[in-house]
Amino acid sequence: MAHNAELGRRGEQLAVEHLEARGLRVVERNWRCRLGEIDIVARDGDATVFIEVKTRTSHDFGHPFEAITPIKLARLRRLAIAWCEATEAATSRIRIDAVAVLAPTEAPALIEHLEGIG
Amino acid sequence: MPVARTHAVALLGLTGSIVEVEADLSAQLPGFSIIGLPDAALAEARERVRAAAVNAGCPLPQRKLTVNLSPAALPKHGSGFDLAVAMACLAAAGEVSVASVASVVHLGELGLDGRLRPIDGILPSVLAASRAGFETVMVPHANAGEASLVPGIEVIGVVSLLEAAIRHGGRFEPREVEPVPFVAGDVVGADAASGDLAEVAGNEDAVEALLVAASGGHHLSMIGPPGAGKTMLASRLPGILPDLDADAALEVSCLRSLAGRAVTSALSFRPPFEAPHHTATAAAMIGGGSRLIRPGAAARASHGVLFLDEAPEFPAAVLDVLRQPLESGTINIHRANAVASFPARFQLVIAANPCPCGREGTSECTCPPAARRRYMARISGPLLDRIDLQLRVPRLTAAGLRLARERPGMSSAEARRRVVAARAAASERLKGTPWRTNAEVPGPWLRGTGGLHPGGRITAALDRSLERGGITMRGYDRVLKVAWTLADLAGCDSPTIAHVGRALYFRQGFER
Repeated sequence: MAHNAELGRRGEQLAVEHLEARGLRVVERNWRCRLGEIDIVARDGDATVFIEVKTRTSHDFGHPFEAITPIKLARLRRLAIAWCEATEAATSRIRIDAVAVLAPTEAPALIEHLEGIG
Repeated sequence: MPVARTHAVALLGLTGSIVEVEADLSAQLPGFSIIGLPDAALAEARERVRAAAVNAGCPLPQRKLTVNLSPAALPKHGSGFDLAVAMACLAAAGEVSVASVASVVHLGELGLDGRLRPIDGILPSVLAASRAGFETVMVPHANAGEASLVPGIEVIGVVSLLEAAIRHGGRFEPREVEPVPFVAGDVVGADAASGDLAEVAGNEDAVEALLVAASGGHHLSMIGPPGAGKTMLASRLPGILPDLDADAALEVSCLRSLAGRAVTSALSFRPPFEAPHHTATAAAMIGGGSRLIRPGAAARASHGVLFLDEAPEFPAAVLDVLRQPLESGTINIHRANAVASFPARFQLVIAANPCPCGREGTSECTCPPAARRRYMARISGPLLDRIDLQLRVPRLTAAGLRLARERPGMSSAEARRRVVAARAAASERLKGTPWRTNAEVPGPWLRGTGGLHPGGRITAALDRSLERGGITMRGYDRVLKVAWTLADLAGCDSPTIAHVGRALYFRQGFER
């Protein structure tokens, strides 16, 4: 479990670097409430973006995006609303993105970014 | 390129329609959906295509793939769309050339290992693609021989999805794959099943009737005790029929293909022979099925012979479904979502025992007259009325056998030669009409505008029979047609009194 948690943190760090390189401004990381956790909250122009990061070391258990099921997506939506209510810092538009980090131990990481997944 | 399209064929009966398979790739969470009225087997293509692509070595992108089959309102069945779905997806993903995929019709089912499996109905599908103007079709390796029977279209047989992708310009490493062989029910042709006509001892009347049936395309019924040789005679009929022409041969092969039987790379020109068992249902006889409508025995016998042995044992309803195809030459099968039509220009041969015990006419017969009548009445009058040649086949006697030994019968090859000559004479006479054999000619035309009624003294016996109510008007026409066939066989220009008399003799009918 410790291994996975560490992998997740490394993946999130890689995702943040990727997002910042693309011009997004990270507002918050690992925001928690009783519904769960949002990995990254960022600003992209006038939009508030909630980002779910999935990290894997290999494709053995499927593509990282395949782990985002409709149930998890629904929870992400509820979390986004909870964040907006809690912080009152939301802008006019909100969006949910997903970032897949494929980080093999012996090779550079591969990052994929999907915008507006639902 | 986020959208790519290719083509496949949806079959309904023998009619194929081109289906456009479009694939759209969108930047969404991974998903795969197929829309456009797929049935259960086609909807499962989702799982097969994804797994096959991974295992073949050309994986699909982990994004949302939407595949649309258009026209969306046309129902589509089966697993033959797998290859088209996979190629459209690979083209949408930019792995293969979009232009190359768009101009080709793809047919074939995928295995999970990425190999292509053969499908039923390749021949009618490729024919439909050719008629729609396509120049190239890609089929499973095992179906390539069958597909190449269609002239004027390039057939590419592929072993696996990877090979198909490489042929469309995909940059993949080729892999050596064992092709899936074609496993089919029966490969025995009509020729192997039937013996030679020379093996029939005696029964000269029956042999002549068989010759007349083959020459004029007349339907034939034979009534006689068990062991008289009815089945033996009937099985010789395909052997003396002339070869099919190219169109008919292709149609026969299409029907075989649709029924899931083996079709080899060499087109068979021999007429088919179908002998369904008497437990057959109406659906087995004409065809059926709720989604994929398959041809029954009568459709598979098109351009050949449909033999019903022990005809009174068939349920009356099953025999009567044959009345419509006997009249129109086509079978229409109506289902809630569609109507399929099959050709059914078969020649009907029925054989029956004269009574349940089969010993009618001898002292051993134990059947009361009522039982005998009931037995014969199972073959309905309207059906019987459509049969031109109604013959009684007696048991061979010792004297007959001795006689047969001294005078060997006609061989199948000799009989076929005479049949071909008689058919040539008939088609020469019927030139300029839509008919080719005597049996197809409608009676009113024969007596009226056709001017083929000899009249006068020649048909006197026939006219008398009609006056007495011995035969119906339809029966009258049928006797006339048989007389013409007899004249064709004898090489005469027109029937003589003897031919009309003989034709009347061949209509002994059923005692009812």
